[in-house]
Amino acid sequence: MASRTPARPKSPHLFAGFMKLHYAWGPHMLVSILHRATGTVMATVGTVMLVWWLGALAAGADAYATFLDAFTTSAGHLNVVGWIVGVGLSWAFFTHMLNGIRHLVMDAGAAFELKRNKMFSLAVLVGGVLLTVLFWLYQGIK
Amino acid sequence: MGSGTSIGRVRGLGSAKEGAHHWWRQRVTAGSNLFLMLWFVISMARQPAFDYASVRMWLSSAWVAVPMILLVASVFWHFRLGLQVVIEDYEHDERRVAALLALNFFTVGTAAVAIFAILKVAFGAAA
Repeated sequence: MASRTPARPKSPHLFAGFMKLHYAWGPHMLVSILHRATGTVMATVGTVMLVWWLGALAAGADAYATFLDAFTTSAGHLNVVGWIVGVGLSWAFFTHMLNGIRHLVMDAGAAFELKRNKMFSLAVLVGGVLLTVLFWLYQGIK
Repeated sequence: MGSGTSIGRVRGLGSAKEGAHHWWRQRVTAGSNLFLMLWFVISMARQPAFDYASVRMWLSSAWVAVPMILLVASVFWHFRLGLQVVIEDYEHDERRVAALLALNFFTVGTAAVAIFAILKVAFGAAA
């Protein structure tokens, strides 16, 4: 009997056996988890940055200098931390924003077709990187 | 409220009448975030300099201070709703309650500091 049993549907779990995936990762899965990741990072790191920046502005020149020192070199350019936080948060924002717009479109009941859904997901990933590059290029050339 | 099964206790009570509340607030704040954050990011990109005097002068304008306060209210509300879902997905029992309480304190605390700082600069108080 057992030999005549057809293959059963696979478990949807990520890992079965040794690190085995039962499905191929698609862009829709990536933007889904990235939405949560970018949102969480902005809500924590982004909030601390915004509140520190505003608080330092209100507290005075010394406090503001401390804030700037943490992210810039003595020549006034961004240091390593400044680049990581700056590029990281801007990319997180643009990606989260574009995927948020995608979610509003899907809330309206549109773009659930497999091909169109994949296309929009890819557009979110590419657009997030593109807007981040444009933002920093503009900072560089202005 | 009897001591029967959980389904037995709620059967016939109808809906809680706020099932879509969280979902809808998340969408409303997403819409306002879109405009406020785009304004903020474009303002940052076009900022001529980031020294103390320049940024303070920028923030002291009512045309900046008011949108900034709206931004803090909208964005912080949005992330409060979003992080709530993350906590509800990954934390359970007492840890969930503690994390949700911490989230509320974090959101209200940081929002108060941010809004106070904006108002202090906008009203021209000495640093």
